[in-house]
Amino acid sequence: MADRSRAARSGQSKSPLPAGRRGPAKLPDLDRLIHERIRLGIVSALAANEPLSFADLKRLLEATDGNLSVHARKLEEAGYIACVKRFEGRVPRTEFRLTRMGRDALTRYLSHLDALVRWARKGS
Amino acid sequence: MPHPPRSTRPEPDDLKEKAIESIRFIRGTMERAGSFTAVPGWGGVAMGVVALIGGWIASRAPNPHAWMRDWLASAAVAFIFGCLGIAWKSLRVETPLIRGPALRFLLTLAAPLAAGAVLTVTLARTGRYDLLPGVWLLLYGTAVATGGASSVRIVPILGVCLMLLGVVALAAPASWGNPLLMLGFGVLQIGFGLTIARRHGG
Repeated sequence: MADRSRAARSGQSKSPLPAGRRGPAKLPDLDRLIHERIRLGIVSALAANEPLSFADLKRLLEATDGNLSVHARKLEEAGYIACVKRFEGRVPRTEFRLTRMGRDALTRYLSHLDALVRWARKGS
Repeated sequence: MPHPPRSTRPEPDDLKEKAIESIRFIRGTMERAGSFTAVPGWGGVAMGVVALIGGWIASRAPNPHAWMRDWLASAAVAFIFGCLGIAWKSLRVETPLIRGPALRFLLTLAAPLAAGAVLTVTLARTGRYDLLPGVWLLLYGTAVATGGASSVRIVPILGVCLMLLGVVALAAPASWGNPLLMLGFGVLQIGFGLTIARRHGG
């Protein structure tokens, strides 16, 4: 949650666009929580297919255990993904699902990217 | 000559490129994750059941040619079930069938299966029906292992198991051929199909 409020604060203070080229309409700020590459990968993968296990995500995103675990925890803390840990026999299995909040965040993020592209096409 | 100081602010073109690159990344990741679901678990179960029935019918065939014909008929029925399974799963997870991971999976399957068809004709012409179980299992296993290379781990594992059965079938006496085919195309496909269906969305 701390990340999100920090993201919102930094988003307000720092627009990625040059002052003279902001255009008439204010561009939306990107959700920095899922802007990071691995986190964006986790959310995108789960939007296409869920549940995915930790091992599946690791293979799909070519991430290390530590890296994936840190980013997944951030998304989980923000309520974007849900994590279920269970045992299959004696083997522990961690599965992730995208929450409604996470799906909405990805949809919003994609709209923001789309708006950014349209704005840049007009500006360039 | 001194260069003018560079602006650290991003230009619209840079932003556009970055945004487009991000959209590409999202699309690519979703496609690769989608290929996880392109492999039909329930379709595999149906194919396995067809193989068990077909294998039982083929075991009662009066001669090797009739035996081969029974198995080929079963393969045709199983293929239809497999395609229906992929189509159903693609619709269910809303991924495009004609240009998405499902198509890639089918295309990767196609090459080893075409090789299998050519070898089947050649071996049947020379009367080497005893080699067919090994060749079929080996090539179908190759098709599943390569087609499922970017899929969940269980799919290439199924492919490797089928390939190993193929090797066993090539080394074993001819009388083992039909039971090994039933084991590979029937039992293994049903077992792995159920696991895929339970863990990976149908």
